[in-house]
Amino acid sequence: MVEVRIRVNGTTEVVDLEPRVSLLDALREQLGLTGTKKGCNQGACGACTVLVDGERINSCLTLAVQYSGREITTIEGVDHPLQAAFVKNDGFQCGYCTSGQICSAIGMLAEHDAGMPSAVTEHLCAPETELSNGEIRERMSGNLCRCGAYNGIADSIQEVAR
Amino acid sequence: MKSFAYVSAPDVEAAVRAISTEPNAKFLGGGTNLVDLMREEVEAPDTIIDITRLPLTDIVELPDGGLRVGALVRNSHLAANQLIRSRYPLLSQAILTGASAQLRNMATVGGNLLQRTRCFYFYDSTSACNKREPGTGCDAIGGFNRNHAVLGGSASCIATHPSDMAVALAALDAVIEVESVRGVRRIPLVEFHQLPGETPDVETALAADELITAVELPALPVAATSRYRKVRDRASYAFALVSVAAALEVEDGHITAIRLALGGVAAKPWRAYEAERLLQGTPANEESFRKAAAAELAPASGQSQNAFKIELAQRTIVATLNQLLTDGGAA
Repeated sequence: MVEVRIRVNGTTEVVDLEPRVSLLDALREQLGLTGTKKGCNQGACGACTVLVDGERINSCLTLAVQYSGREITTIEGVDHPLQAAFVKNDGFQCGYCTSGQICSAIGMLAEHDAGMPSAVTEHLCAPETELSNGEIRERMSGNLCRCGAYNGIADSIQEVAR
Repeated sequence: MKSFAYVSAPDVEAAVRAISTEPNAKFLGGGTNLVDLMREEVEAPDTIIDITRLPLTDIVELPDGGLRVGALVRNSHLAANQLIRSRYPLLSQAILTGASAQLRNMATVGGNLLQRTRCFYFYDSTSACNKREPGTGCDAIGGFNRNHAVLGGSASCIATHPSDMAVALAALDAVIEVESVRGVRRIPLVEFHQLPGETPDVETALAADELITAVELPALPVAATSRYRKVRDRASYAFALVSVAAALEVEDGHITAIRLALGGVAAKPWRAYEAERLLQGTPANEESFRKAAAAELAPASGQSQNAFKIELAQRTIVATLNQLLTDGGAA
């Protein structure tokens, strides 16, 4: 067992873990933060997306011990206009992917604000890229929604980005 | 996942010392591939040496105009770097077409080079796979092989290397710097990944005790006019069926410099030397592009489900070069 200091949503928790425990399992099973979901558990679906020092990652493909001392934000620590926008625009049906979608969208908006291009950005050195529907879909392609609420998800993000 | 001992290395010296003394140890970077493979028990190290705290996260300009990229620079940061975007736009594009934003935020440059194939049979422990378990056979040959290799395969293995970044690096004459307790050595990217032959379990020129510390990009003016084009079964977040990394310089209607590499077609990033040789100095037009693409793919052979890649690769080469000619590069 190793001692891991998990800084999550502004508080620090100290837990004893086996090194093979993922950050996702530590959050859900040790800290009771079940808002972060386990979908595929292999980095393909994005349901487990959390923010680490403001950047979005898949918490399933991590070892919790690697993230000792880093600032982690889960959906329980989020208070963002995206949440109301998802409700207003039918950005979900079953809701299982939603916490990952929202954490991912927060990270994505920060990336866009910092001037990061995407695979569909026409000119990589253009000073500013408009966050079009196509840009949002490409930048959010790491988050699957098996209910297919993609139109509502893209509309929600577009509304908040304006 | 099997249990393992965990060590966090504070510096490169400690990391390479640890790997030289611990039997069956692995370095852990972003974890996007290794953690997945450990969960599937395709990889089962006894010791994990966490290298994510090593100070290898800088991108430094070299005196000749090239760049030195630390092995732990994350993929998203490399793609976003302004010098990469302007001098080597094909590299930014290649990285941005790979995986998802979350994975690019985690994955490191060194780890990207060492990621293993996503061939289904390699991941499925009930299948025959010479790469996972030498001598058991290859269920991809005659099986589901739409995504598999058409160049450089063998009767032992037809898996493809999945990296987009490495295809761009192959076109750019990148050099990998590696370190071990025995010292430092440099390996050209095009010699780093190995074709399967009869030992598909040996994938790179890296020794078991060596750590990738940096990737060097030489100054390469032609790279300023470059693109990466990826063809896949869905628009985003999928591996390449075929991809093309290309850089083109034209003067008075003739090709004065060209770099060309293919992804999704072989066990390694495929530098298209034959096409480059044919194109150098010739008129920059579709006829030249077609002839060169056909020559490059002449040795290709398809499997039961992937022969379409041979034509697709040629058309993607022609389309990418045409686009460079008419629209310029992606910068």
